[in-house]
Amino acid sequence: MQLSETVHTGFFFLAPWLVFAPVIGLLINIIFGGRFSEKAIGTVASLASGASFVVSVLLAWSLAAGHGAAVTVPFLEWIHIGSLELDWAFRVDSLSTTMMLVVSGVGTLIHIYAIGYMHEDVRFKQDPGRFRRFFVFLNLFIAMMMILVSGDSYLMLFVGWEGVGLCSFLLIGFWYEMDTLGRPSWANSNAAVKAFVTNRVGDFGFLLAAFTMFWAFGSFQFDEVFEAAHAVAPGVIVAITLFMLIGVAGKSAQIPLYVWLPDAMAGPTPVSALIHAATMVTAGVYLVTRSAELYMLVPQAQYIVAMTGAITALFAATIAVGQYDIKKVLAYSTISQLGFMVAAVGMGAFVAGMFHLVTHAFFKALLFLSAGSVILGLERGHHHAERAHGHGDEHGKGKKGKHALSKAAGKKSESHDEHEVFDPGDMRNMGGLRKTMPITFWLYMIGTLALAGIVPFAGFWSKDEILLDAKLHYPTVYVLLSIAAFFTAFYMGRQIWMVFFGEPRHEAAAHAEESKPIITVPLMVLAALSLLGGALNLPFEGFHQLGHWLEYTLKEVEALPLNLQVAGISTLLALFAIFLSWLIYGRNPLRAGQPDPLKKPLGFIFTGMENKWFVDEGYFAVIINPFKKLSQFLADVIDWRFWHDWFHETVIAGTYNWLSNTALNVYADQKGIDAFANWLGTATQSLSGALRKVQNGFVRSYALSVLLGVVLILGYLIVK
Amino acid sequence: MIPVEYYIILSAILFAIGVAGVLIRRNALIIFMSIELMLNAANLAIVAFSSVFNSFSGQVFVFFVIAVAAAEVAVGLALIVEIFKTKHSIDVDQMSSLKG
Amino acid sequence: MTINLILFLVLAVIAVATALGMLTSRNAIYSALFLVLNFVTVAVFYLLLGAPFIAMAQITVYAGAIMVLFLFVIMLLGAERLPDSRVLPWQKPLAITLAVVLALESAYLLWTKARPAGNVLPPGDEINTVETLRALGMTLFNDYLLPFEVTSVLLLVAMIGVIVLVRREKGGQKS
Repeated sequence: MQLSETVHTGFFFLAPWLVFAPVIGLLINIIFGGRFSEKAIGTVASLASGASFVVSVLLAWSLAAGHGAAVTVPFLEWIHIGSLELDWAFRVDSLSTTMMLVVSGVGTLIHIYAIGYMHEDVRFKQDPGRFRRFFVFLNLFIAMMMILVSGDSYLMLFVGWEGVGLCSFLLIGFWYEMDTLGRPSWANSNAAVKAFVTNRVGDFGFLLAAFTMFWAFGSFQFDEVFEAAHAVAPGVIVAITLFMLIGVAGKSAQIPLYVWLPDAMAGPTPVSALIHAATMVTAGVYLVTRSAELYMLVPQAQYIVAMTGAITALFAATIAVGQYDIKKVLAYSTISQLGFMVAAVGMGAFVAGMFHLVTHAFFKALLFLSAGSVILGLERGHHHAERAHGHGDEHGKGKKGKHALSKAAGKKSESHDEHEVFDPGDMRNMGGLRKTMPITFWLYMIGTLALAGIVPFAGFWSKDEILLDAKLHYPTVYVLLSIAAFFTAFYMGRQIWMVFFGEPRHEAAAHAEESKPIITVPLMVLAALSLLGGALNLPFEGFHQLGHWLEYTLKEVEALPLNLQVAGISTLLALFAIFLSWLIYGRNPLRAGQPDPLKKPLGFIFTGMENKWFVDEGYFAVIINPFKKLSQFLADVIDWRFWHDWFHETVIAGTYNWLSNTALNVYADQKGIDAFANWLGTATQSLSGALRKVQNGFVRSYALSVLLGVVLILGYLIVK
Repeated sequence: MIPVEYYIILSAILFAIGVAGVLIRRNALIIFMSIELMLNAANLAIVAFSSVFNSFSGQVFVFFVIAVAAAEVAVGLALIVEIFKTKHSIDVDQMSSLKG
Repeated sequence: MTINLILFLVLAVIAVATALGMLTSRNAIYSALFLVLNFVTVAVFYLLLGAPFIAMAQITVYAGAIMVLFLFVIMLLGAERLPDSRVLPWQKPLAITLAVVLALESAYLLWTKARPAGNVLPPGDEINTVETLRALGMTLFNDYLLPFEVTSVLLLVAMIGVIVLVRREKGGQKS
């Protein structure tokens, strides 16, 4: 480890431990985890993540002590080819430390939560051996995320970017041989592949941006790129930023590449919370913020980014209204909130975007984890109820057992489930959980209020800041986001009424049990953060801490005062939305088997929401099916029929066969070489047949030949 | 005084007669005798030359030839007797088992 | 025409005649007897050439021992005559022709290429028989002692070989 001259004071030399603490943790779990108890595994992983958090805190403290001057900690020489010099260096500035604190802080809480959650999850899914694997993946994710946020160049960022994509893939497909309900199927695995492939499309954009960058600037290093950016034509910057936007759309689930995120809920709930809500999906926002100087140069690109975010925010929010799965609602909510963030950073309101990123990490993690608690509670209730009926065990085993996978998984589930498979994530199975799971209820309430943007929860402040920025610069975006905010409050209210109020619509909901402290305590911490997170950047003079903090890294941060008009409108909208949801879902609670009350009045619109506006089907029709047909065509016709059957079989093999069978074998070999060899044999035979007559066995004739020889020799002597 | 050429010519004639005997006769014993005749012819030539050169080496050589011939006759006749015992004939044309 | 030459010619005619007699006799016994005569004439030639020791050896070894052995075997086997045979019909004329050619060729060669200077010494006063024999003995036992001894071993080997060849195994089986 090289210590640069630039590290004068503080704990900057600890920067590599951001990455290596979780790596050590995962190595310990890989190598020795087999002998550890679940608690020990979880403790090691949580400590590793916690160590990362401690390092982040120390770095932030050192940075604050050094008045926010960005510090680069060189670590390794990586690639040196010609003029290309890529080193692994850690960039510690206020932006990256903010991300580090969020990632490792929320990550650590989720690690602790996961100890309790996975303990039960692996037992419901009947494979306790995967407990360790889960924590190895989680630690790997923390390490990769740290590489992403601490990288000093776009390429190191890309390393982390790909690394977290891998972790996302691994964790979405964690229960790869079943669907979310534990039935044998490839559903989870398909979801993982979908996430990975969609992300690849985005990564392609990122790579194009990186290549363009290198072509234009000859460097990937942030500072060098930003410095050089002023000197090149704006068109180049537009290209770079828009290519980057594709990457952002992939990773941060924006239109048109958001489709993977809802499916990513196939992963265990802590994964949904950590990767697909709080941290990884915000990488795109971080990337745009990091590239702020580039975006500031090209307002056109900024506008496109802002509109992408705003449209995504509204679009996803409408879909969230029509969902029944508790995690799907949150997934679309996440897409929507990411849209808020992208819109914010697109507008140049980087502080607002980062602020919302932080608070969203708190309350969305809280919501997801609470949803996980709800799901576990329902699972417990379901088991309790089945045991009470006396056939719980074999049913439980039959349902959750690891069946050999087959393509006919769908058929299998039809045939072996006489009664419907219980879905603990379906809100239609819930209701009345307020009484059975009070702690979770209150935690969920806090998260909901924060997300809905009710004073004084964290979400209110951050969302308001975004709306304020939008109102000042981009009215269109402001309108879109406001409507999205209305929908946000509405679907969250709908969720609260459906889940926690009314009467239980399923036996399992009636028997639901509250979760253990190991699950609820991290939730409480997150709830506290959701409650108080707004204090990071209150819109009052002297309270713009985050703004000042980020000012060290980002230029031109404008600290806006509280605009009562914007705040009032958004709060009123949110309250009205919640009231509306009470009218529809709270006043007359949903009963078991009853269709959604919105279905009738909204008609096909609700059907569209319910079915995610048929975007997946559209993708299938427009891209995937033609692509499959094209591959089918390429495989069957071009490769198999043309290339293999015709070219290889007929042309090459046929020519070769003709050549070898007819030309070479018959003519050259049989009629040429063989014939000559046979002639040699026959000739020798006939010659010896003739000559053997000389050997008549009569000694006198032999003597005669001797005499003949003698006579000839004498004759020769005479003639000579 | 007889020129030595006379002896040489006589020796050649006797030798040729011996050769003819070997080739013409089928009786193994007579073939054998013809061989003795050829030996004698050779001996005669050697002694003639020995006389001309006034050297005794030729005579000593002939002496050895006579001794070897004696041994040869002993072995040869024994072989003929053995052949006769198995083939009941001393016709050399009967001994053609080496025919190719 | 000296007396020596006349003697030579007469003896030569006898020698050739007896050789032809041996060649043509149908009966093996006649052949053997012709050969004895031939050997005796050759012995006389040896005397004419001044080699009395060789002449004596010729008489005793050839005409005596060897030919007696032949006669014994002929009579023992009772194979004086052979039945006519039709095999190798061309052998006889070819052999005679070649033999004649051989005689002519060798005579011509000896006459022309190997012609020694001088004549054969006549027997008589010029040759001291006793001295000649002494000199021969000296040559034989000084210069040619080793070949002489080897010859004796050869004779022994021949004797043993013959005994092994004709010996009958016990129980009547030949080895």
